[in-house]
Amino acid sequence: MSRSYDRALTVFSPDGHLFQVEYALEAVRKGTCAVGVRGKDVVVLGVEKKSVLQLQDPRTVRKVVMLDDHICLAFAGLTADGRVLIDKARIECQSHRLTVEDPVTVEYITRHIAGIQQRYTQSGGVRPFGISTLIVGFDPQDTKPRLYQTEPSGIYSAWKANAIGRSSKTVREFLEKNHKDDLSRDEAIKLTIKSLLEVVQTGAKNIEISVMESYGKITNLDLEQIEAIVSEIEKEKEAEAERKRSRLAATAASQASMTSRASGGGEEPAQ
Amino acid sequence: METSFALTGNGYVIVAADTTAARSIVKMKIDEDKIKTLSSHLLMAHSGEPGDTIQFAEYVERNIRLFQIRNNYALRPSAAASWIRRSLAQSLRSRHPYAVNLLLGGYDTAEDQPHLYWIDYLGTSTEVPFGAHGYGSYFALSLLDRYHDPNATLEEGLATLRRCVDEVSKRLVVSPGKYKVKVVDKDGTREIEF
Repeated sequence: MSRSYDRALTVFSPDGHLFQVEYALEAVRKGTCAVGVRGKDVVVLGVEKKSVLQLQDPRTVRKVVMLDDHICLAFAGLTADGRVLIDKARIECQSHRLTVEDPVTVEYITRHIAGIQQRYTQSGGVRPFGISTLIVGFDPQDTKPRLYQTEPSGIYSAWKANAIGRSSKTVREFLEKNHKDDLSRDEAIKLTIKSLLEVVQTGAKNIEISVMESYGKITNLDLEQIEAIVSEIEKEKEAEAERKRSRLAATAASQASMTSRASGGGEEPAQ
Repeated sequence: METSFALTGNGYVIVAADTTAARSIVKMKIDEDKIKTLSSHLLMAHSGEPGDTIQFAEYVERNIRLFQIRNNYALRPSAAASWIRRSLAQSLRSRHPYAVNLLLGGYDTAEDQPHLYWIDYLGTSTEVPFGAHGYGSYFALSLLDRYHDPNATLEEGLATLRRCVDEVSKRLVVSPGKYKVKVVDKDGTREIEF
């Protein structure tokens, strides 16, 4: 009976599954989409944000958060779980500075977060965190941008570009097709927005973009900037479609003339 | 002997502390920085038991920063002073209390006012126009009573500070040689050559 393995947490099913962990991944898949793209000396985080209700204060709904001066995190999944995990990570960032007088590296804090997530799959009376995270930043005294991902199971890995959350598979495939090494700042931002537009129908107003250019230099794009890039992308798409249409028309026309010639070509004057 | 001064003026707080690290009768070091920059508009001069001062100052620094990251805004000087005072009061009632005296100078960017708090290891915290800790305070306070002006320019404030420093080096048996001086105003914190 597979049902009984659903009840108690952290118990293997006979075929080696931890159902609660898999359900946590399912919660992640239901969460809003988040994308991370690493460029040459820039790293961009983009998230799909839910429309705020008319009377809600949009500043209180944040999906990209700062862990320390030089590290940002975006998550997909249960927001409440995210808050708890983020707070633990922030404390660790300051605690690390206090004990070794150095800021954390991106890999260190990723490992720490993944470690917490793993612990919650292997102890009694708790459930796993229903979130995946994308962690971006720069290591101290280093110019290389970093991008990591963690999962509810406690897996963590480094990426050039990745997506988590709703329709993350579509977005990841898009990124795989379009990502190049050494993207410039503008290219990286554009790729992030473009990939998000694959799954965000409502466009600019539901996209939030954070850009980190060097150690501690973080900017959040405002709506006008995002809108400008979105319209630019739409124009490009339009032009592409136009080209395709005219090409199609041209082939159709040439085909038509071929067939008309083959069938006798009555209109053409004989040489 | 360890001495620190602070005074407010027109839109600024000056915080000064000597730079000697002494053990018993021996000077170990003469370029110790005893003024910590807690946030963009907050300075804290610490004196007292050598190990305790650094341990406590760093603890405060990290907690102030944690608050800022968690809440997206920095603690105002009055809030920071309350938090620090409470930490010291809690520590006093523990098995190993911190023996740290502080001068907390900050600029409140919300109401555009400089603030100075005098805090001691017993958990006393008072807002003052000027303050001092250590043996130097016995000589400096009367001078500050006479010459302090809450509307003084930075130059005038530094001149008043100069009077205090000179008086201490004139009268105190073991007076500190060098001072580090930092200022906080609407533009943030900075060190001043003194």
